[in-house]
Amino acid sequence: MRTARSRHAVSGLMIGLTYLAAILATLPLILILGHIVAKGASSLSLAFFTHMPKPVGEVGGGMANAIVGTLILIGVASLIGLPIGIGAGLYLAEKRGTPFANTVRFLADVLNGLPSIVIGIFAWELLVRRAGFSAFAGGVALGSMMIPLVTRTTEEMLLVVPTSLREAALALGYARWRTSISIVLRTAMAGIATGVLVAVARIAGETAPLLFTALGNQFWSTSLRQPIAAIPLQIFAYSLSAYDEWHRLAWAGALVLITMVLIISIAARFVTRSRFGAAVD
Amino acid sequence: MLQSTEVVREKPPRLVTPAAVVQVRAREPRVSPEETKPCIVTRHLSAFFGNTAAVKDISISIPQNAVTAIIGPSGCGKSTLLRSFNRMHETVPLARVEGSVEILGSPIYGENTSPIAVRRHVGMVFQRPTPFPTMSIRANVAAGLRVDPKSHESRGATSEIVEEALQRAGLWAEVKDRLDESATALSGGQQQRLCIARALATRPRVLLLDEPTASLDPLSSQKVEELVYDLRTTVTVVIVTHNLQQAARVSDSTAFLLMGELIEFASTSEMFTAPKDPRTESYITGRFG
Amino acid sequence: MTSLPAEWLEKEKDRRILRVEGSAVSDRIYEVLTAACALVVPALVIAIALAIFVAAWPAFSKLGLSIVTTSDWDVRAGHFGAAPAVYGTLVSSAVALIIATPLALGVAVFLSEFSPTWLRQPIGFLVDLLAAIPSVVYGLWGIFVLIPLLREHVMPFLRDTLHLGATPFFRGAAYGPSMLAAGVILAIMALPYISSVSREVLLAVPRSQREAALALGATRWEMIRDAVIPFAKSGIIGGIMLGLGRALGETMAVTLVIGNRLEISPSLFAPGYTMASLIANEFSEATSDLHLSALMAVGAILFLITLIVNAIARWLVWSVSRSQAR
Repeated sequence: MRTARSRHAVSGLMIGLTYLAAILATLPLILILGHIVAKGASSLSLAFFTHMPKPVGEVGGGMANAIVGTLILIGVASLIGLPIGIGAGLYLAEKRGTPFANTVRFLADVLNGLPSIVIGIFAWELLVRRAGFSAFAGGVALGSMMIPLVTRTTEEMLLVVPTSLREAALALGYARWRTSISIVLRTAMAGIATGVLVAVARIAGETAPLLFTALGNQFWSTSLRQPIAAIPLQIFAYSLSAYDEWHRLAWAGALVLITMVLIISIAARFVTRSRFGAAVD
Repeated sequence: MLQSTEVVREKPPRLVTPAAVVQVRAREPRVSPEETKPCIVTRHLSAFFGNTAAVKDISISIPQNAVTAIIGPSGCGKSTLLRSFNRMHETVPLARVEGSVEILGSPIYGENTSPIAVRRHVGMVFQRPTPFPTMSIRANVAAGLRVDPKSHESRGATSEIVEEALQRAGLWAEVKDRLDESATALSGGQQQRLCIARALATRPRVLLLDEPTASLDPLSSQKVEELVYDLRTTVTVVIVTHNLQQAARVSDSTAFLLMGELIEFASTSEMFTAPKDPRTESYITGRFG
Repeated sequence: MTSLPAEWLEKEKDRRILRVEGSAVSDRIYEVLTAACALVVPALVIAIALAIFVAAWPAFSKLGLSIVTTSDWDVRAGHFGAAPAVYGTLVSSAVALIIATPLALGVAVFLSEFSPTWLRQPIGFLVDLLAAIPSVVYGLWGIFVLIPLLREHVMPFLRDTLHLGATPFFRGAAYGPSMLAAGVILAIMALPYISSVSREVLLAVPRSQREAALALGATRWEMIRDAVIPFAKSGIIGGIMLGLGRALGETMAVTLVIGNRLEISPSLFAPGYTMASLIANEFSEATSDLHLSALMAVGAILFLITLIVNAIARWLVWSVSRSQAR
């Protein structure tokens, strides 16, 4: 028979296990972050940001072309992802409850869960097969990933805006479109901007879609029609290599990526929390 | 069991004391609604949400340059009636209006009449203060001007309009030194007066107030009531309220609605001292609602 | 002509009344534009499906299901049996879920039930942050930290100290790159997804449920087991499936630690392959059209599997949030 004491013992044990789980779950992050900082910090210098990669065996060099490449890819992706994402978010927030809106929302979530490699081979089939590897194709692939991300966060942020604001604007004689943009969208702007930044952080670290589109480039290139370097591609190539020097650069690149991701994630938490009191999980 | 007629003769306790009624009377000579020029005239007005009628066949003539209160228990359709005066009712999906509404002699539900144009000339203030959070106080007040194409005006003129509106709303003294601060820094009562200023900035002839003091503290409510009372010389005010004392204090005429129907419409003093309909009597004396 | 009062028209005289009608046009344009943007989402899904299946068709029509049922991947001879890759995807994801689910649920329960309020935000944030780390960074860490750790400490421990080497699952040479390594990394990557969704649904369980159980004399653990978790069950399963969807499609981290060997082996110590890694490794050097098409076919299957898993996951989570509509 289960005595009260044994039941309480079991309960205490299980509770202890959840504490253990909490520790074990936060451990990997701390370990990984710590390792990246330890390995990468020493390699971060001005040279890293301004120099090109050196040939095999030579010491030094940097990731200047990859950094610029990532920035260009983010730029192209944002040009595609931002307007469409915000427009779709506006639609979803205003037509909430209609079957079409529900379908779009569902599909956006599904898209968000698709492996990025699938997006990569899609972009390849669409743009690279006939025209060759290009930065533009990379931007399109990343932009396709941005669209569902920005759509959902825009919608969420717009829904937080109270309907009374919209009513007040309408009662002043604002047209519907102007209410949506000048009042509702504007009020939600901080949250939307945060969501956009989070999406940018996400796609900046993506490698798989770029394998089939931007391909990577060991030389300096800013052309949209040519293959282009990118930080994650470079990290990938370097980690596969056998040279310690390149490994060192890989860690530095990882540190750059992680730092950007961390800053944006913390800022995002801060913005959504301070605006709306309780945390948005 | 008392009959309804007996109730009337019994003169049950009034919510409005004779002294307060005298106070209302003492301010200005009161004229009954039938004798003043009409501002808003409805004929067989019905307002629907889908197939449910929230306002049923109301014909009422709201006098110009006076304060008219609409009272009634929750769900009686007073807000819906108010919102059909500036074509806000139709902003809700599946909402529609039947019958006619004329403002200053012209029908506002005409085929070629844009609801936006109507709303530009009729101001509205809602129950909860709704300042635009991303705008300063100045920008909030001027918000209505931006969509009023008449005002391709210089910055100077806008400032004058903003000041005038804030003066009329009784807020100028409190905010004149911080016009560029965020509107959300104001207290609830100040925000509501800001919304009134915003509505007044376009100099509308009609101002609709939907329970404007419902979420305010007594002191702020009093300030709002005073400024509403002062506005009646230049603006036709229609105020929906569930606060009977407020209606008695502030308004010249009162309309009593019950379940979407207009039961009685009379001058305020008459309504509160000698209501004609037993249902009005019951509501005013607190038997229900 | 509009029928507004004359004095209003007086005020409006300076501008075109067309402006007022113009706003109806602007409204329409706005509606059309936003609807068009919204339309891009389903269009994108269809476009992806079309592009991949059209490209995969040659392989499917020539090879049929042998792509996933046979194990012979010989590019030169034109044999494309990717069964080991399918096996690898499924096994690595299974290992990941086995490791991640108890941990994720444990953290979620901890955060929703036992954690002091001030700790809730930070720990939740730290766990969620795991999802933000790029895959390639995980892979980098995997090669230089995890694999040596496995090779030098964990694998010998499992095989010799725990005598698990007697089973077929922990047998063979332990060089490091292995199914186990992939499973561990995928577990870390799937953890935040399972944990975040579970935490949300657990927090949404009404207090009355908890209080009722406690009032009946349940211990805190029994309350969680019998009153809270069943309430949140479908949400938790949805979260697990989300994590699964993530694990199935992961490419970079897995490619760097799994060893990339097209072989089906029961041992977790042996290297393996996943569908995603196969595509990633061979795509840019695909020699023949059939090779390319076969890789596309593998991609098509991966697309289908993740599509279904994610759809089910989202539907589960969505139906939970609907039934708890606040």
